[in-house]
Amino acid sequence: MAVLGLPLVALIVRAPWAQLPELLGRTETIAALLLSLGTSALATIVSVILGVPLAVVLARSASWPAIPRRLMRALVTVPLVLPPVVGGVALLLLLGRRGLIGEWLNAWWGVSIPFTTSAVMIAQVFVAMPFLVLAVEGALRSSDRRFEVVAATLGASRFTVFRRITLPLVAPAVAAGALLTFTRSLGEFGATITFAGSFPGVTQTLPIATYLELQRDPNAAIALSLLLMGVAVIVLVSLRDRWVPGVTA
Amino acid sequence: MRRTATVALVATTVFVLAGCASSAEPSPAQSDPALTGTVTVFAAASLTESFSEIEKQFEERNPGVDVVLNFGGSSTLAEQIVQGAPADVFGAANPQTMKTVVDASLATEQTIFVTNTLEIVVPAGNPGGVTGLADLARPELAIALCAQEVPCGAATEQAFAAAGFSAAPDTLEQDVKAVLTKVRLGEADAGIVYRTDVKAAGGDVVGIPFDEAADVVNDYPISTLTDAPNPRAARAFVEFVLSDAARSVFDEAGFGVPQ
Repeated sequence: MAVLGLPLVALIVRAPWAQLPELLGRTETIAALLLSLGTSALATIVSVILGVPLAVVLARSASWPAIPRRLMRALVTVPLVLPPVVGGVALLLLLGRRGLIGEWLNAWWGVSIPFTTSAVMIAQVFVAMPFLVLAVEGALRSSDRRFEVVAATLGASRFTVFRRITLPLVAPAVAAGALLTFTRSLGEFGATITFAGSFPGVTQTLPIATYLELQRDPNAAIALSLLLMGVAVIVLVSLRDRWVPGVTA
Repeated sequence: MRRTATVALVATTVFVLAGCASSAEPSPAQSDPALTGTVTVFAAASLTESFSEIEKQFEERNPGVDVVLNFGGSSTLAEQIVQGAPADVFGAANPQTMKTVVDASLATEQTIFVTNTLEIVVPAGNPGGVTGLADLARPELAIALCAQEVPCGAATEQAFAAAGFSAAPDTLEQDVKAVLTKVRLGEADAGIVYRTDVKAAGGDVVGIPFDEAADVVNDYPISTLTDAPNPRAARAFVEFVLSDAARSVFDEAGFGVPQ
């Protein structure tokens, strides 16, 4: 408890409370905050759109042969255990201008992803989507399939069953997963700075700004850290009891 | 009988050890008495190749010493030292970052040991068709520059101001090697790094000098730190960096001689 709590206590104790409004009110800080919030929100939405179907597939994969099933599960979990910088390098090698896919994107459509806000969002989706997928998958696995079976016997199509039975059952898990995804995206640093670079207003998210401020004005860095911590705490408190992936209330 | 044997054994051991000690003459290249321990050197990223070579040579001359190098943006390193990172020597890429450490009373004497000049760098093949500074304002090119708080970024800003020019960078990196990497990987069409970095990257990149660079030459100061865990070896390392042997390493790398 002390290991987890004391660093945060130190942050609060050493914060320059008197200068806080001035430090947080700077244009670059506001820009970084808005960028972080915006990209994290978008990344969360993308994660929900892509992640929920993936979670459904994963949860219903019990009938698959062992190796494809385990491989798929491993692939979903990999971004969780990969160091973020490694994720950034991998994304660069895939979507960079000389990347596996990026090369063609650049050659055919002149699209270059690194150094754009989209790159920030892609990096965030890569590191944070697994949270959502695992949360929803856990809920699906533990949900009672008999409701779906009964609905089917009553004449509902597969899509109707999904829309009116499955989704409402897992909605709390989706919400919990989405909040975790949002918080993780807010804190993303290594993959972002490697893949998207760092430029004020475009790719310089709050964590990157904090890192930079540490060299310029440590007080400002502490203020930014407090801000990030505050946002994280608010988000996690609103999750109440449901914030461990796979565990529902 | 036993006591005699013990005394004889102890005496023999003492004589043998004394004999060993006297036969281990320090070689002329070593300082006397021999240096031991670890020397932790925090050095600017642009010193990577040259300091690695100097580490090798210093360790050859002083086998008892292990040099540990930590490279990074000078401003990051300065902040780490101020926050208490255990270091013996700090080699910065400009006097301002060294000043951060001096102001915290963690360094006193500093000596300028090399200078470095900026250069435009482009990937091999120059896909962006960059010919000079003016091309760095082209919005369609991906330009990577050092962030302002890093010495290379500060010098770049000064050079731009001298040229009355405003670039359109796409990313501001934390140290000069990060800029170099982005260019090397082809992610950036151009960047501004040091001449030494262009040399170090070999055939992967091409350097394009520009006139204003001559006005913003970076002076690199080096200093032992007040709280150095190994002050003797730290001083010896700094002396070696200022020696002729190290000078040839720096010349080879493309560094300039301080005025």
